Amino acid sequence: MQRRAVVQANSDQWVQCAKCKKILFRPDFERSLQVCVHCGHHHRLRARERILLTVDPNSFHETDSELRPADPLGFPDYADKLRKGAAASGESEAIITGIALLGGYEVVIGAMDFGFMGGSMGAVVGEKVTRCFERGAERRLPVILFCASGGARMQEGLISLMQMAKTTAAVGRLQRAGMPYIAVFTDPTMAGVLASFASLADIILAEPGALVGFAGQRVAAQASVGKPPANFQTAEFQHEHGMIDLIVPRKQIRPTLCSLLEMLVPTSEEAHAR
Amino acid sequence: MMTIFDFEKPINELESAIAELRQLAAEKGLDRSREIAELEAQRERLLRQIFAHLRPWDKVLLARHPKRPYALDYIRLMCESFLELHGDRLGFDDPAIVAGLAKLGNYKLVVVGQQKGRDLKERQKRNFAMAKPEGYRKAMRLFRLAEKFRLPVLTLVDTPAADPGVESESRGISEAIAQSMLTMFDLTVPTIAVIIGEGGSGGAIALAAANRVLMLEHAIYSVIPPEGCAAILYRDPNKAPQAADALKLTAEDALERGLIDLVIPEPLGAAHRDPQTTALSVRSAVLQQLDELSAIEPGALREQRYQRFRTMGVFETAR
Repeated sequence: MQRRAVVQANSDQWVQCAKCKKILFRPDFERSLQVCVHCGHHHRLRARERILLTVDPNSFHETDSELRPADPLGFPDYADKLRKGAAASGESEAIITGIALLGGYEVVIGAMDFGFMGGSMGAVVGEKVTRCFERGAERRLPVILFCASGGARMQEGLISLMQMAKTTAAVGRLQRAGMPYIAVFTDPTMAGVLASFASLADIILAEPGALVGFAGQRVAAQASVGKPPANFQTAEFQHEHGMIDLIVPRKQIRPTLCSLLEMLVPTSEEAHAR
Repeated sequence: MMTIFDFEKPINELESAIAELRQLAAEKGLDRSREIAELEAQRERLLRQIFAHLRPWDKVLLARHPKRPYALDYIRLMCESFLELHGDRLGFDDPAIVAGLAKLGNYKLVVVGQQKGRDLKERQKRNFAMAKPEGYRKAMRLFRLAEKFRLPVLTLVDTPAADPGVESESRGISEAIAQSMLTMFDLTVPTIAVIIGEGGSGGAIALAAANRVLMLEHAIYSVIPPEGCAAILYRDPNKAPQAADALKLTAEDALERGLIDLVIPEPLGAAHRDPQTTALSVRSAVLQQLDELSAIEPGALREQRYQRFRTMGVFETAR
């Protein structure tokens, strides 16, 4: 599929768009935040790249980076997959979380990394996401999460399924604290992640063309009468069906988040009046 | 056609031999009771032998057994009364989820369950118990009703998965599942989930964010169907039995890991051989949980539920 994140490097200076295959000058490509200047394809970002190009300069402090996945079921090939995931992404798990400033607002922020086992949610991802919401509730901070995930992590079995419930319950905590939660669906946001904390945000943004859906496309087609529409399970499809507030091109995500924070984060007088 | 699984075949053969002999004895007026008793003892021995060595895949087949009791069977067999209610008040009524008001012992309850169909026509009508967004939205409506009228909630979980089709996607199946869990977490009344057959991933957890989660002995609870797991892991859906081993999807596995609270034993030969006895076991287990949970303050119930799931997850901490 054209969604592969890999931008083929022909040399240090040139990269190839994964969708339209046009050759791009790397400095231009980086300036456009890895969006193809020809076809607008939004290439997948590393979680760390995502956070650094979103938050105020030098303001990100990572939290819970010491959490490491275990192999509680002794699942076939899992240990190997974890090693490969770490090598491919340069991260120890499929999400990075922390505290940062965004337009001057202190926020709890997290970004998932599809490069680490498809951004799948096992116990570590579930724990880090849960701590984001708990931290937001406790310290009265808004929470911003960039989602990129194929769903729950099969290799941790039922424990992964329970992370859907755990993270959902934690969203409830933040809601009761009255602090905003904004989710940004990036390519792809699927299955167990979409069907838990991702879909429960107060405001949902998505990048153009991101794959967003519940089941795999083949399963969905098999279970349906007639052919799925051409844009099935894209951010645009979900937007049409009322599941996403706004489709926002990558360059506009930071300013959009800043305006949302300005609108939703209670000022100290407002917080007092409640 | 009746589905007979390999491991059930010898039992079924004995059972038909017993039935034949009984009929013969009745027709001819002969006393064959000794032979019948002998065959019955043999059947019992065989059942014990077979059920002492069930592999996870056998449990998958038992959980999906076409004669296994379904949600409405349990409701009928264990509740004093049941009034089914309908509709999500948003335009739909999903037959894959049944919901209503029930009396159970001294308790008045809201009951919500996934319902499979017994024959082809009903299976289609119930969509194989694969709920659509409107099913979960009907469930949420009933959860809120329970909260308002201070009724405990019992959910009966039995689904291969939530409906994955285009229609469900268009109406926000993921959002419905997430909201259903969130609604359950918000409740301040006692909630109990019983996995009675298939606890199929998101479709199941949507109704299982409860204070107590119980599982029948031969039910399964899994993050992915073994066939799907085998397709990914071995690139071969026919290796589902190996995947079933790897996924640790039995009630025993879930209990061992602290992911469920109690395994409800089934009669020898599994629930479908004696639905009545199974339903009574479910009834007494649920009543006991209700007694315990009713003693807890409403606010503490919500906190207990939060902590129940909060502690789930195995990971390491690097220095």
